Amino acid sequence: MYHVPRTLRSLALLAAVTASGAVAQTPADLPSPDARGSVLLQGGTVHTVTNGALENTDVLVVDGRIERIGQGLEAPSGVETVDVSGRHVTPGIIDAHSHIALSSVNEASNPIVAEVQMRDAVSPADIGIYRALAGGVTSIHVMHGSANPVGGENETLKLRWGTLDPDGLLFEGAPRTIKFALGENPTRVHGRGRGIRPSTRMGIEQVYREAFTEAQLYRQRQEEARAAGDPLPPIDRRMETLAGILSGEVLVHCHSYRADEILMLMEVFEDFGIERLTFQHANEAFKVAPELAEFGAGASVFSDWANYKFEVYYSTAYNSAILTRNGVRTSVNSDDAGLLRYLYHEAAKAQRYGGLGDQEALALVTLNPAWQLGIDDRVGSIEEGKDADIAVFSEHPLSIYTRVDLTFVDGIARFDRERDGDDMRLYIDPEAEVVTLPTDAHSHSCMLGHDLDALVHGTDSIIYGHGHAHHGHSH
Amino acid sequence: MRTALSLLAVLLAAGSVNAQGAQYRGTAGTFALTDCRIETVTQGTIESGTIVIEDGRIAAVGSATAPAGAIAVPCNGGTVYPGFFDSGTILGLQEVGDIAQTRDVDELGNVTPQMEALTAINPSSTIIPQTRVSGVTTTLSVPQGGLMPGTAALINLHGYTPAQMYAGFEGIVLNFPTTGRRGRFDRRSDEAIEKATQEAMERLDEVWEQALLYARIDSARVSSTPDGVQSYQPEMAALLPVVRGTQSLLVVANAANDIVKALEWLEDKNVQAILMGAAEGWRVADRIAEAGLSVITGPVTGLPTRASDRYDRTYQNVALLAQSGITVALQSQDRMQNYRNIPFHAGFAVAYGRDLGFDRQAALESVTIGPARIFGVDGELGSIEVGKNATLFIADGDPFEPQTQITGLFIDGYQLPLVSRQTELYEEYLRRSPGLRTVGEGE
Repeated sequence: MYHVPRTLRSLALLAAVTASGAVAQTPADLPSPDARGSVLLQGGTVHTVTNGALENTDVLVVDGRIERIGQGLEAPSGVETVDVSGRHVTPGIIDAHSHIALSSVNEASNPIVAEVQMRDAVSPADIGIYRALAGGVTSIHVMHGSANPVGGENETLKLRWGTLDPDGLLFEGAPRTIKFALGENPTRVHGRGRGIRPSTRMGIEQVYREAFTEAQLYRQRQEEARAAGDPLPPIDRRMETLAGILSGEVLVHCHSYRADEILMLMEVFEDFGIERLTFQHANEAFKVAPELAEFGAGASVFSDWANYKFEVYYSTAYNSAILTRNGVRTSVNSDDAGLLRYLYHEAAKAQRYGGLGDQEALALVTLNPAWQLGIDDRVGSIEEGKDADIAVFSEHPLSIYTRVDLTFVDGIARFDRERDGDDMRLYIDPEAEVVTLPTDAHSHSCMLGHDLDALVHGTDSIIYGHGHAHHGHSH
Repeated sequence: MRTALSLLAVLLAAGSVNAQGAQYRGTAGTFALTDCRIETVTQGTIESGTIVIEDGRIAAVGSATAPAGAIAVPCNGGTVYPGFFDSGTILGLQEVGDIAQTRDVDELGNVTPQMEALTAINPSSTIIPQTRVSGVTTTLSVPQGGLMPGTAALINLHGYTPAQMYAGFEGIVLNFPTTGRRGRFDRRSDEAIEKATQEAMERLDEVWEQALLYARIDSARVSSTPDGVQSYQPEMAALLPVVRGTQSLLVVANAANDIVKALEWLEDKNVQAILMGAAEGWRVADRIAEAGLSVITGPVTGLPTRASDRYDRTYQNVALLAQSGITVALQSQDRMQNYRNIPFHAGFAVAYGRDLGFDRQAALESVTIGPARIFGVDGELGSIEVGKNATLFIADGDPFEPQTQITGLFIDGYQLPLVSRQTELYEEYLRRSPGLRTVGEGE
């Protein structure tokens, strides 16, 4: 989309003020990304996720942290009290699979691109961030696409809406993660699109085995040189990242669908001693739930998507319930700018399909994705000492009739329904025209093979309906 | 490659037939649904009552006594609703989005109104049971593609032939020319867009002139030489009922400008129509109301159409349309074919629209009697009334709420098992056997 050069920022402010007479937000109006807030949320139903739902309970936030949870708490002087009686307080929603706020997604030029980083593509002014906050989302995992067996490094963000500095959104201290991809997408892009391996699921396995073996040798040569006091071999960024996976420093999030390919990757990881692994999409994870539980792998799934390609033909919306009942740490993700805005509802579907309890369902979009991203010591539940990333809902968060009233990141209200306005953009491109996109339930979902054809051949594709041209991303 | 794909298509087709064995079979008969709460939609709510189903129809509602020999269906205090409509789908026309061999949504050609969705509805699609077990019983299947891609058909989601599924409405689709940029990836120059718009409008007018002429010649032929032969133009023949005003045109337009242009065109040509899409209907709701058009809109959960719009504008669109007095029906138009989510769309419309007067009853109507009226099938469907087609379901709570379970289902008077491939996979894999042990080792 757009990186905003420093010199353009004043222009952005000017544009924001003059655009169509609407009251646009400007970065100047909003607290800076390093701001930390204090607030007392009084008398709500607090869904802790780790300790049940507490009725008529206060949450005291001091300097961006949850200081105390209890009854009859008093706000220190100068700290605002918000009456949330009759309302519901939850941990901020976390999306383990997102592609908003990115200016590019797929570096599809090689089956292994471990050297690229989504951090270089973060776009802090994407209106999708504000819309996500309006759905209670406080953190997202922005991922590389699924064109390659080994994609680039992902980035975990906090939605500190209001800054034009991409680094302001980074979730400081979050572990590094990387995208892997199995099945139809990488075989289509490389095997069928470019005539190189992999063109089958057999080939994908060997891409990993060869890459990890090479990375082991790379590390070994470094260690040997170090031991011998010789000059180190040249640094190879691709190998460095792969070696980081082997050492457990970089967590793997793997796009996958079929049960067989999920088993394959677990076997490869066992052989190379890699322990942390989360399968993304994983529509057939329910078929190998016992194996996933034994490995200790996570699954980050759609609530109910299916039928868009053959490898998701045998899907079931009961996936998250089957996984949860079999002891697999499971999250429900969006992979989509539209869905991202109501992940609480996507979690609620696990009550329709499999009867999960409230806490289990809420964990799908809070604590469990936090665990999968390695940030569960900081966020994902309402506990004393954790970051004050919190959503306030008008009704029970799993009810269809609920709305998000307030979303706090680090104790700062980055969304407040009462202060919502007609044009909330941070940055208005003076050259951009008023554009009407055809509305669509899934505007930014791009796991479809058509999209990959577009990626390879540079053609547009019509996925659904008249004029719904979806451009080439495969996520 | 082609051979492999064809083989795959055959396997898929065979698979979806096999997927619907005896466990999917409906039961016909006389039924007495007892101890039910009944939301009739049109005649209020009965807190406790009975519904009798006989010969496929609702024979009694309220304090009826069960006829001798009737099959007892206890609601156990659950609520009965008329089957829900999703008024914009491609159900039955596509099985797997990515596999062309399973897609029958868009025929070649720009003007092909004679292509009938009903012809290509696959009664064995696995998506049909998946949809109906959520209480969504009736869908409009809409051909996609060019200017006039074909004739949409309303179907009930039970039956072994398209004719058995047909629910009494067909309509020709007009994808009204889009006049602006199609999105940020649309890289055409302003001049190119303007030119394309003009050409598309000229093409539409040309088609319409031809249709009028064809109808005049046809009328003249019928009145003077009934046995005479007219040169056969299947596209124009298909448009005869629209030209003669006996059938409504389904006009798809989403951007405010396009909607206004469509309204002007319809007024100019004096064509009877239903507006579909209307993503930006809220911007021009008064104009739509003035034109007297009914609107099929959705997805409610879609993104706002412009970056400058409020985040909840699309959630509120249907409420804002209804506020202007427009009869509304919801469509999910879901690319993943999750038509089972239409009750959730209705719930979202309430969550964000109740402050605008769009309450739960209004939302309920937008997926029942509203579309039934729009499609002219309200004598048969859309409410729980004596004499109507027995297409209804039982829920243990509010069907808009995700935690609610659907506990009973009738379509055309057939009691249907609450089975889909998705529930079968659940049954099989919840406690997989063998689990981690090797086959034969025992648990």
